[in-house]
Amino acid sequence: MAEWGDFEPERYELREPAPYRFEADRREFLALAGGGLLLFTTGASGQRPGGQGEADLSARLHMAADGTITVFTSKVEVGQGSRTQLTQAAAEELGISPEKIRLVMADTDLVPDDGGTAGSRTTPSTVPAVRRAAAAAKKILAATAANPKATMDQLRGAIPSDVVVKPAGDWQHLGKTLPKVDSRAIVTGAHKYPADITRPGMLYGKVLRAPVYNAKLEELDKAAASKLAGVVIVHDGEFAGCTAPTSWEAKKGIEALAAGAKYSRKPHVSSKKLFEHLKATARTGSAAGRGSGPERTKGDASAAMASAANTLKASFEVAYVQHAPMEPRAAVAEWEGDKLTVWTGTQMPHRVRQQLAEAFRVPQEKVRVMVPDTGGGFGGKHTGETAIEAARLAKAAGKPVSLRWTRAEEFAWAYFRPAGLFEIQAGFDGNGKLTAWDYTNYNAGGAGLDTPYAVANSRIRFLYTDSPLREGSYRGIAATANNFARELFMDELAEAAKMDPLRFRLLNLDNPRLRAVLESAAERFRFAERWKSRKAGTGVGIACGTEKGSYIACCAEVGIREGEIEVREVTQVFECGAIQNPRNLRAQVDGCLIQGLGAALWEEAIFEDGKLMNGRFASYRVPRMSDVPKLDTHLLDRRDLTSAGAGETPIIAIAPAVAAAVHHAGYARVRSMPVRLAGA
Amino acid sequence: MRTKITLLVNGARREVQTDPERPLLEVLREDLQLTGTKYGCGEGQCRACTVLLDGKAVTSCMTPVRTAAGKQITTIEGLAQNGKLHRVQEAFQEAEAMQCGYCVPGMVLTTAGLLKNTPRPTEAQIVAALNGNLCRCCGYPSIVAAVRLAAREQSNG
Ligand code: FES
Ligand code: FES
Repeated sequence: MAEWGDFEPERYELREPAPYRFEADRREFLALAGGGLLLFTTGASGQRPGGQGEADLSARLHMAADGTITVFTSKVEVGQGSRTQLTQAAAEELGISPEKIRLVMADTDLVPDDGGTAGSRTTPSTVPAVRRAAAAAKKILAATAANPKATMDQLRGAIPSDVVVKPAGDWQHLGKTLPKVDSRAIVTGAHKYPADITRPGMLYGKVLRAPVYNAKLEELDKAAASKLAGVVIVHDGEFAGCTAPTSWEAKKGIEALAAGAKYSRKPHVSSKKLFEHLKATARTGSAAGRGSGPERTKGDASAAMASAANTLKASFEVAYVQHAPMEPRAAVAEWEGDKLTVWTGTQMPHRVRQQLAEAFRVPQEKVRVMVPDTGGGFGGKHTGETAIEAARLAKAAGKPVSLRWTRAEEFAWAYFRPAGLFEIQAGFDGNGKLTAWDYTNYNAGGAGLDTPYAVANSRIRFLYTDSPLREGSYRGIAATANNFARELFMDELAEAAKMDPLRFRLLNLDNPRLRAVLESAAERFRFAERWKSRKAGTGVGIACGTEKGSYIACCAEVGIREGEIEVREVTQVFECGAIQNPRNLRAQVDGCLIQGLGAALWEEAIFEDGKLMNGRFASYRVPRMSDVPKLDTHLLDRRDLTSAGAGETPIIAIAPAVAAAVHHAGYARVRSMPVRLAGA
Repeated sequence: MRTKITLLVNGARREVQTDPERPLLEVLREDLQLTGTKYGCGEGQCRACTVLLDGKAVTSCMTPVRTAAGKQITTIEGLAQNGKLHRVQEAFQEAEAMQCGYCVPGMVLTTAGLLKNTPRPTEAQIVAALNGNLCRCCGYPSIVAAVRLAAREQSNG
């Protein structure tokens, strides 16, 4: 995971201190029945060693006597389609029907550690790893077809380094739509999400939350709660919670505990003062706390700025937003002696295993984390707090415990996408060519920090600050914020250079793949014409961007009526190399765009006096069916190029395109996300 | 206080001992192990918890269990008949109107409720009926396509 930690410094959640420090073990374990292997039913080899990946073919693949192939990966399915895509990848190289393939995902006892499900890495890393293993297995199968024992023996060896996978031109399964694996279970309600896991004798848990941010539990009067039948109270340092036979009774227990809880408080910045606060607490220089973020320089930005024919300066703000996946965080924990098993919705099973081992002072081998396919993540489920909480409650109760965060908890206590402040200055010559670029990002993060436009002299930096809210990864992470500020500033520069926004971009853009999507989107939308023929109350905007090896461009038309922005029409063109599953890709690209509309127009964490003021769907507006614009999504299939991940980048162009369209409709330049309307 | 309540769930009589004020959602999930009905907000704002009560789509998180007594409750598990999927389920599968799928049970039941009373809904009626159902994967385009498909199959068949 450090592999992308290097260039995405905003994965704040991975650097958080342990959520709880529990008192030393009181050794009150109960011997519990049950457990056992949930999924591994081939009966051949029992427990599998995790963490071997490439080195050992059998860690990746298993063949049952009936020819069923089981593929093992630590990747999770959170709706992005990895289960189906990896099934296709294995089918492709094995040359067998996808129905013969089962995937065991994210069970730390059984799977190799492929890293977490983050950074759009499944397509460029895990798909190739599965394909190499499958291709190697195919060779072995062909050579030992008559002798299953010989097959298994050979599968136990390493994957040869010279194994070749099929070129895109020969694909039979990849490149085509494979219907979603498990779709029948989804439509019948049989699909088990983390919140749906039940265990014999299982209780329901709840955790006591502080009423405000920056509060510390100092005293807890448990008398009232302990009178409630069936309620078991746990109070361990700053952690307090309870279990009961139903969530209803657990909720009553927590209400009783809350009435007897006393907190000390420290002041907490309000969202009104947020951007001043970020600027005031920015850390520069390596002496600063977490250290400073990346700073990249090219040529001499300050000299070029001083000598530029024209310069322009502006600043932009991006609010905190919440992922709000439909399934809030959930975990079921079960102890058998000192062995802990947890089912939870996390994108990082091995990391959560480590967190659990640390929290309970047990060796990692004693902890098993399983991730049932989960109801949405969007980068918001990288941490193990819910698993730890459930395990602490289960330990006290001596029974398995299911803990499901409420929506209110998910809004207030899950980590947010970082807010950001951006200060940009640029210089350009008499022809509109950029000559100097000075860019500072406070807090939002490093993904998408560099400009894709050609400029000889630049200083680009990212500064850490003291974030008042818990923050971390999000689909597309900082690329969305960086692209928002940068693309809107490009529009301002175009105006200063007296050019239309498309021409100005193309003049300053060399990257052929980004040019291709931009030109294609502009043409399909007839951007240049529509930009010239301005209609009252209506505007069009364009934006593009690249991140993690894929390319997106968007054109949007907005209409504004009675102070409401309506996004009426969007054309988007996306390119991520060779397309592996067209229908799933379209779902990701459209889903990104529509999700991105929410943050562009409405989503924003509002907090005051340590309280999140809009932590409910009633007050935190997310996209609904009626918000979907007329949509023209065009996917460029580049069979000649390596496939890149696609679940994130398509979110980065919609906000600036919409914001530009708002200005084009006759309103003031937009410099904040979410967009606020102001007179011209 | 626990009371005995008789529920008619998916055609079967089920008895539960429960606080009558408890949300039907919780009773379905925790007492009857019908976990296909999902929690998304617990306050009527997302409709992940939709079930049919006497054929009408309601939010089970906002339905105290006592008010469901004696009514026909249909959950997502009860929609298919003898292993044959309901046409709305088929349409969601065929249009692949799902990413994580967590909102799908609520979407399917809301659609089933809609088509019962409005067999040939207009685009505007579809949006009006489903606008309260949140999908954070934002798969709305394929969800609309699935509803259209289900409506078409219904009027053909
Ligand atoms: S859970 Fe019932 S409406 Fe959200
Ligand atoms: S498919 Fe994930 S919430 Fe709708």
